[in-house]
Amino acid sequence: MDTVFYLIQNMLPVAIPLLLVALGGMFSEVGGVINLALEGIMLFGAFFGALFVYFVQDSGMNPQTILLLGMLVAAVAGLIYSLLLSFAAVTMKANQTITGTALNMLIPAAILLFSKMFFGSDGITTSVNFYIRKMPILGDIPIIGQMLFQKTYLTVIIGIIFLIISIVVFYKTRFGLRLRACGEHPHAADSVGINVYKMRYLGTSISGILGGIGGFFYSVGVMDGNVNGHTGVAGFGFLALAVMIFGQWRPGKIFFAAIFFAFLRTLAYSVALIPFLYNLGINQTYYKMMPYVATMVVLAFTSKKSRAPKAEGIPYDKSLR
Amino acid sequence: MAIFLGLIFGFIVMFVAIPSSAVAGFKFILLGGFRRIGDVFYFATPIIMTGLSVGFAFKMGLFNIGASGQYTMGMFFALYVGFMMDLPGNTHWIVAILAGMLGGMIWGFIPGVFKALLNVNEVITSIMFNYIGMYLVDMLIQTNAIMYEPTKTRTNYLPAEVQIPALGIPGSNVNLGIIFAILIGVILYIILQKTTFGYELKATGYNKYASEYAGMKGKRNIIITMVIAGALSGLGGAFAILAPSAIAGSSMTYEPINIIAQAGFNGIAVALLGNSHPIGTIFAAIFISHIQRGGTLASLVGYKPEIIDVVIAVIIYFSAFAMIMNAALARFVKRLITHKEDDTLTTNVNLEGPIQTSEPHQLNNDEKPDNNTKEAE
Repeated sequence: MDTVFYLIQNMLPVAIPLLLVALGGMFSEVGGVINLALEGIMLFGAFFGALFVYFVQDSGMNPQTILLLGMLVAAVAGLIYSLLLSFAAVTMKANQTITGTALNMLIPAAILLFSKMFFGSDGITTSVNFYIRKMPILGDIPIIGQMLFQKTYLTVIIGIIFLIISIVVFYKTRFGLRLRACGEHPHAADSVGINVYKMRYLGTSISGILGGIGGFFYSVGVMDGNVNGHTGVAGFGFLALAVMIFGQWRPGKIFFAAIFFAFLRTLAYSVALIPFLYNLGINQTYYKMMPYVATMVVLAFTSKKSRAPKAEGIPYDKSLR
Repeated sequence: MAIFLGLIFGFIVMFVAIPSSAVAGFKFILLGGFRRIGDVFYFATPIIMTGLSVGFAFKMGLFNIGASGQYTMGMFFALYVGFMMDLPGNTHWIVAILAGMLGGMIWGFIPGVFKALLNVNEVITSIMFNYIGMYLVDMLIQTNAIMYEPTKTRTNYLPAEVQIPALGIPGSNVNLGIIFAILIGVILYIILQKTTFGYELKATGYNKYASEYAGMKGKRNIIITMVIAGALSGLGGAFAILAPSAIAGSSMTYEPINIIAQAGFNGIAVALLGNSHPIGTIFAAIFISHIQRGGTLASLVGYKPEIIDVVIAVIIYFSAFAMIMNAALARFVKRLITHKEDDTLTTNVNLEGPIQTSEPHQLNNDEKPDNNTKEAE
C-alpha cells in the first residue's frame, strides 16, 4: 500500500506539467496552429520562473507565495515567447513546424549562454523548498488525504484548477466554440465575422501561458526548482504533444492521458523501490524508454480515427477564400 | 537575408554581453573559419549528411526531425562493427560505414511505416524515436565492456584500421568522409532531377492527392523516402564517429550522457538554408560549420561557443518566413533605390550567393515546405 501511495504522490507533480502543456497545445491546435514550440516555451517559462525564484529566495517570503508569483512570471514569459510563434505562423504565414523547431533550438542555447555568462554553470540552481509535507485539514482525510494531499506540491491543486477552467472555456464559452471553428474551417469562421487571425493569436497565447506555467511546474515538481540548459525539460513538450493527440484534442481525455504517461514515467524512475519489478532484473533504461514506446503504441492504435482539427498547420490566408 | 539577420542578431547579443570585444569576437565568427579550413570541412561532414537527410524528406513533404536518432543509431552500428567484428584491414572501415547506414535506415524505416500505414504524424514518431534511440544506444554502450570505458564515461578509441583515412591536410583531420558526403549530395541531386523516382517524390511533395491520382504509390514512396533519409543520417553518424581525432592514434568517442545528438537539429538548419536542394545543402553545411568554428575561436575573446547555436536558431526562425520578408524587403529596397544607391543589397546577395542555387522545377505550390528560403528577386 505504501508503494501505491508513493507512486501516486510522485506521479502527480509529473502529471501536472504534462497536463498543462498538453492543454496549452490543445488550445493552440484547435485554433489551427501546430505548436511544436511547446518544449521551448516550457523551458523559457521554467527559466524565467526559476530566475525569479533565484532573486527572491533570500527575501524570506513564504515558499508558496514565491511559487505563485513565479508562476505568474513564467506565464508572462511563456506568453511572450509564444508571440514569436504566432507572429511567424499567423502573421507571416510561415511553416509552423519549422518555426516551432527553430524556437525549440533557440532556448536551450540561449539559456546555456546566459547561465554560463552569469552563473558559470549550465543552469539556475535555487534553494527554495516548495515541498508540502502535509496540507492542513485536507491531509487528514483517511486514504484520499494521504494519497493526494500529503508530500506533494501546490502545483497539483493549481493544475487541477486550470483543468477545470480549460474545460469550461473549451465547451461552455463563445470563445471556445469560435476557436474551434477557426481550427476546423477558418474560411467559414471568417465568413460569419470571426477574426481568424485574432482567434489564432489568442489560442497560441493561451498555449504560451499554459506552456510557461507547465515548464515552471516541471522545474518545481520534477527538478526541485532548478533549470538546466543541457537537459531542458527532457522532451516533456513533445510528450505533451503526444498526450494531446492521445487525448484526441479534448480536455477530459487529455487529463487521463497525462496521468497515464506520468504513471509510466514515475514507474520507470522508481523501479528500484518496487521489489517486484526490481527483482525482474531488467535494465532500468528499458523503463526509461517505456513512456516513449508507449506513446508510439498508443498513437499507432489511435491515429486512424484521429480527430485532429482539419485546418491545423495551414496558415490562414484571407485571399484564398 | 535570414543569415544576415541572424548574424546581426548574434552581433547584438555579443555587444550586450561584452561590449568591448564584440567587434573582435564577431570578426572571429565571420572570418575565423578560414584559418581552420580543414576543421571546417571536418565538422561539416556529419551535418552535410543530416542536412541531406532532412532536405530529402522535405522534398517529399515529410519533416524528418528524427535525424538525430538516426544519426545516433548510425554511430552505434558503426561502433559495433568497429569494435566487435574482426575483418581484414582495409575493408573494415567500409563495412563499418555501411553498418552505420543500416542503423540509420532501420531508424528511418519505423517512422516511415508509422506514417504510411498508420497515419501517425512523422514529427511525433521521429521525436519519440530520437529518445528511444538515445536511451537504447546509451544503454547498449554502457553495458558493453569492450566499447565502454567507465572511468572516462566515453567509448574507447577505435582501432586505427576502422578509422576513415585522413586526406593528409596538415593541422586537421579532414578525411575521406567529406569526399563521400559531397559525392552523395551529387548523387542525390541526380536521383531527384533525373529519375522517375525523384520525380514521383517531388510530385508527392507538391500535391499528395494529385500524385496518388496519377498512379504513384504514395505509401511506398513515403517508406522509401524515410529509409533513404535514415540511411543518410546514419552515414552522417558513421562518418562522425569513425573519423580520426586530433590526438594521434585516437578516434572520436561517444559519450552516453542521455542527450540527443545536436547534429540532427543542425541538419534541419542546414537543409532549410540550402533550400532542401542537395548541392545547396552542402554549401549551407559548410557555412554553418564555418561560423561554428568561428564561434569556437570567439571564445578567445571571452565569448561562449553557445552563441553560435543561438545565431543558427535565429537564422532558421527567420528563414521560415524569409520569402514573405524578402518580398517586403524587395519592395522596401526598390523604394530605396529610386532615392539612392544602397550597399546593403549587394552584401546580401553575396552572403547568400552559393546557397541560392537555381532549381529547375519551379512548380506553383502553396504548401511545399521547402521553398521558404527562396530569394524573391
